Amino acid sequence: MSSTEAILEAVAVTKRIPLHGRDRGRVVHALNGVDLTLRRGQILALVGESGSGKSTLARLLALGDLPTGGEIRFAGKPIRRADRRAHFGRVQMVLQDPFSSLNNLHRVRYILSRPLRNFGRTPAADLERRVLDLLERVNLTPADDFIDKYPHELSGGQRQRIAIARALAAEPAVLLGDEPVSMLDVSIRLDILNLLAELRNRDGLAMLYITHDIASARYFADEISVMYAGHIVETGPVEQVTQDPKHPYTKLLLAASPDPDRPTASSGSDDLDDLDEEDLAEPPNLLAEPTGCPFAHRCPHATPTCSTEAPPTHTFTTGHWTRCWLYP
Amino acid sequence: MRLRRKLRRPRNRKVAVGLVILVALVVIAIVGPVLVSALLGQSAERLHAGGPLEPPSGRHWLGTTTAGEDVLAQLVTGTRTSLLVGLTGGAISTTLAVLLGVISGYSTGKAGALLTAFVNIFLVIPGLPLLIIIASYTQGRGGWIMVALIIGLTSWPGGARVKRAQTLSLRNRDFVQAARYAGESKVRIVLLEVAPHLAPLIASTFLFAVVGSIAAEAGLNFIGAGNPNTVSWGTMLFWAQSQGALLSGAWWWFAPPGLCIALIGTAAGLINFGVDELSDPRLRARGQKTSRKAGRATAAIAEAS
Repeated sequence: MSSTEAILEAVAVTKRIPLHGRDRGRVVHALNGVDLTLRRGQILALVGESGSGKSTLARLLALGDLPTGGEIRFAGKPIRRADRRAHFGRVQMVLQDPFSSLNNLHRVRYILSRPLRNFGRTPAADLERRVLDLLERVNLTPADDFIDKYPHELSGGQRQRIAIARALAAEPAVLLGDEPVSMLDVSIRLDILNLLAELRNRDGLAMLYITHDIASARYFADEISVMYAGHIVETGPVEQVTQDPKHPYTKLLLAASPDPDRPTASSGSDDLDDLDEEDLAEPPNLLAEPTGCPFAHRCPHATPTCSTEAPPTHTFTTGHWTRCWLYP
Repeated sequence: MRLRRKLRRPRNRKVAVGLVILVALVVIAIVGPVLVSALLGQSAERLHAGGPLEPPSGRHWLGTTTAGEDVLAQLVTGTRTSLLVGLTGGAISTTLAVLLGVISGYSTGKAGALLTAFVNIFLVIPGLPLLIIIASYTQGRGGWIMVALIIGLTSWPGGARVKRAQTLSLRNRDFVQAARYAGESKVRIVLLEVAPHLAPLIASTFLFAVVGSIAAEAGLNFIGAGNPNTVSWGTMLFWAQSQGALLSGAWWWFAPPGLCIALIGTAAGLINFGVDELSDPRLRARGQKTSRKAGRATAAIAEAS
């Protein structure tokens, strides 16, 4: 699997966000030395709790913001601030909320024609045909009915299709989905996921799929990365990670999500017996300088070493690794 | 067809009434002076056109002043001056407010901070005293344009602050982010993504800047800081007050200009009810539907009774 060509990479990416006002001078350690690789024709799911840095990472990958340390590489070459415009043409983002990501003053025609003009340099005569093509690609048919609509005349699912079409208009190599289906009705989530999978198969897009929903990640993605407090704690092929999680946080996360297929999900799971829910409810402190394992204060297997020294990376099989002191 | 749709009669009755008042005043300002001199043979500047302080009559519809000037002729000429000052001053003030507010709200870093500091400094300078000082310095030189300029240049900070706040909230919305990813330039994002959402704010700022300018001009003239030889609603009130019109019971002298100022304020307030529709295509569509529905309901009631 990892033999496929890497297209977009985050290498040891760090992001510090300075605070203002009362907390002036302090920083949020949003990302701490994150490595992530997106490959052509593959979908990588990124899971983790709220505030773990998933969206920040996506924004950095899209160059909507610049990393404090480390670098973003596209096809092996580091990307700088000056390449921003060209980068937007190759890496596109689908935002979470289709109700706020479309300007309600513009018609679909305008929304889709802008990236066509900006990146594709499409001549004005071809615009209409290209917009109709895009609408058909995201299964909004008959396309003629949709081209002159305002966003408020569309349903949530239709709006998200427009947002996807807008991202596709740039003909990107990578699509970053920041929880692209979480604001949609359960009944249309699958439609959108199938659409994205189809685009991946047909156009060989690389995709990042940020989600809280592990079941959909398992259905949809090839690989999965688990984030905690700005660190990636485990990465591997989706079946291996969901069926045989190695990192204690991954285990906790999987135990928290219902999945009828997974035998370890039952409350009698021996690994999680000794978990005291009260102690584990505490969120990580992102303001403190990260030392040791970020999960140490919640981990049932924590040893004194865990909170003082950063855990080593342990590789199990090709492409499946975790950072934990449990695996020497 | 597009133009037709833009020019259609406003559905909101308040807006319609406000527009009618405004249009009537504008028409009076444009053709009033000519009509009054052609039909009644009166002009604003002519002294002793009639006896002093004559009450309204067939010859002097709104009576005369102590100097025997025709009040109606003064009123229509004054309407022209006051509206010109109002529109020019309002336009200058609104333009400055939008430019400084949107740019200071959208740009980050040093430039934005500097601009914001500049706006804040102007915001704390009290407007009216500044206006009086500058106006008494120019002493009526430069005519109404100078007055409009002074008013426009001193009355923008409040509006700029409001635009800045709204721009700050808009600049981080998802659709602005998405436009950035769609490769749009900064100028285009400001003009076509952010600014249209400010349209109702801009429209209402403009309306009240016009009224504010008219009131400021009247106020300046009333306290004698303007040029008493120009004819405007303000100078009419100034002369009426200094000649003791209230004591002599010459209501026809001070009531009409006062009512006109109140009228234009009312018109602006009424039109303001309609500006929300400017930036919400949903409101436009809903308005059409409900009015049709309401129409059907009234028809049904009429049929039933």
